[in-house]
Amino acid sequence: MSSAFTTSAARNIFYGGTVFFFLLFLALTYQNEKALPARDNRANLTPQVIAGKKIWETRNCIGCHTLLGEGAYFAPELGNVYKRRGGDKGGAEFIKAWIKAQPTGAPGRRQMPQFNLTEQELDEMVAFLKYVSEINTSNWPPNIEG
Amino acid sequence: MQFKSQAVAKPYFIAAIGLFVAQVLFGLIMGLQYVIGDFLFPAIPFNVARMVHTNALIVWLLMGFMGSAYYLVPEESERELHSPKLALALFWIFLVAAALTVLGYLLVPYASLAKMTGNDLLPTMGREFLEQPLITKVGIVIVALGFLFNLSMTVLKGRKTAISTVLLLGLWGLAIFFLFSFYNPDNVVRDKYYWWFVVHLWVEGVWELILGAILAFVLIKVTGVDREVIEKWLYVIITLTLITGIIGTGHHYYWIGTPEYWQWWGSVFSALEPIPFFAMTVFAFNMVNRRRREHPNRVATLWALGTGVMAFLGAGVWGFLHTLAPVNFYTHGSQITAAHGHMAFYGAYVMVVITMISYAMPLLRGRAANSNLAQVIEMWSFWLMTIAMVFITLFLTAAGILQVWLQRVSETPMGFMATQDQISLFYWMREWAGVVFFIGLVTYIVSFFIKGSDTKAA
Ligand code: HEM
Ligand code: HEM
Ligand SMILES: [Fe+2]
Repeated sequence: MSSAFTTSAARNIFYGGTVFFFLLFLALTYQNEKALPARDNRANLTPQVIAGKKIWETRNCIGCHTLLGEGAYFAPELGNVYKRRGGDKGGAEFIKAWIKAQPTGAPGRRQMPQFNLTEQELDEMVAFLKYVSEINTSNWPPNIEG
Repeated sequence: MQFKSQAVAKPYFIAAIGLFVAQVLFGLIMGLQYVIGDFLFPAIPFNVARMVHTNALIVWLLMGFMGSAYYLVPEESERELHSPKLALALFWIFLVAAALTVLGYLLVPYASLAKMTGNDLLPTMGREFLEQPLITKVGIVIVALGFLFNLSMTVLKGRKTAISTVLLLGLWGLAIFFLFSFYNPDNVVRDKYYWWFVVHLWVEGVWELILGAILAFVLIKVTGVDREVIEKWLYVIITLTLITGIIGTGHHYYWIGTPEYWQWWGSVFSALEPIPFFAMTVFAFNMVNRRRREHPNRVATLWALGTGVMAFLGAGVWGFLHTLAPVNFYTHGSQITAAHGHMAFYGAYVMVVITMISYAMPLLRGRAANSNLAQVIEMWSFWLMTIAMVFITLFLTAAGILQVWLQRVSETPMGFMATQDQISLFYWMREWAGVVFFIGLVTYIVSFFIKGSDTKAA
């Protein structure tokens, strides 16, 4: 690099550039917060859904599954599982029966633990998954298989 | 070693390597569970192994950064560390907290662990990479603050260089962005949005400052090139990092319920993120070619060059591969993501920590460089681990392409589990590459115990 370009010039560009782009990011974050209510299904954020999120977290479901494509890649995507398993016609029943039936114990197959959830907790879990499935994700995933 | 207090780096480095071993062992367990699903079930379910694998990684990298900083800052500031006692006390606190947390994961059901550790007070657990109990998170903050206080006092009282300034900026940024791990909104979209303030703004933001500073420090030492030149490069690289990487966060905001304009912001800025990584590679090779001396520690130079190349491949090339929104639509959350995550973490952060250890550890043990034999064995470990990681990445990429094809592109998409069965061959090959990686890691540890008659005096 030429000697006309000094270290202190480089340093000033660093601080200036960083501050500028950080402020731009904050502005985009502000804009993002304004745009979210139209997309994030917050109208359906009931106490039951919130309780379901806590069960999702305290059982570490994300340690095997993805949710909207984020998490682990060992087990199926669950952001759309409610819809994949029948939606309002059977989705809830399927998910509850599934969780209760684990682990399958099939030899060599990936196993999901038994969490001993109560009937109420199962309903909360389903409510959470239904709420997530109704978030506007710009049509992701590409198909129902997740 | 010029200052006595630099010696506090040593326990940090040793503990880092110990946790690295634990990390890779749990990686191998998971790799086997990918193909033999019920392996170790229910004793160690996959999610538990994964927490140990990823959290051990993060903690040992933090230990490596801290050790590096304790070594680097006194030398740059030309004075003893403000408080070596504090540094040692924090080391033990951090190590014990990490060990207890891992034992908690392994021995207590996660839901009970959450109850026992105050998750009901402030729920923060159960989110990827941020699974630590609340008390562990608080502990991390306390350790980080003590550490930053110690270093900042040292820098303030001593010589201020670009390298120590950039390092401290990176470390302060690390601590500040970690605070977002305490923010867990009920709204899943907002939860995910701010979760990336920790994860992305760490690895594609402030950690890169730490990376650049450590690399610059080692390059000055092993090449003898003018500080002026190296510091100018450092500023250019980190400028490019932050002007691309901050807005580049948008590449995680395509499909999580956030507005669609992020597809543009994220694609354009993150597509530029490889540039600073490329600059880092050019920088490392350039400085080594212009070297003014032949440093006896040749293996440290090898690690420094390797960091440049592998960080560019893992973060730059494999990151670019899936960062444009139309591509990411298909690859999001697939084995492609895992492939990239592995090579990027290894190439950038694992390798830079080992670069520093490789340079500093002989000095901490009272010699300029290890014996020729010890260096040759360490070079073997470099090649074994690095080539194994290249193959892990290639096999996961192959698995990922097939996965995307069968499950997401096909006119008659297969289910997730059926797809996994189809690609198990690649998971087997990944596991074998993992075994080679582990052999490389053992070789690395062995190199510390090789004596040889020709150690260079410090
Ligand atoms: C013996 C070698 C290794 C094996 C077999 C292995 C295996 C695995 C497996 C199976 C996963 C979980 C993927 C999933 O969620 O489904 C994983 C995750 C991860 N591993 Fe490793 N690993 C190894 C070494 C490493 C090393 C050396 C690093 C660090 C450089 C590393 C960093 C990570 C990271 C960052 C994740 C999370 C990835 C993501 O969320 O996309 N692993 N590993
Ligand atoms: C050293 C720097 C980097 C590290 C350590 C790193 C690591 C990771 C990890 C671990 C993930 C998975 C996160 C999760 O579990 O959800 C990830 C995701 C991602 N990374 Fe990086 N990364 C780095 C740099 C980059 C760069 C420079 C780019 C772009 C050019 C990039 C593009 C992406 C994208 C697009 C994803 C999302 C993948 C998906 O949609 O599933 N990364 N990265
Ligand atoms: Fe990112």
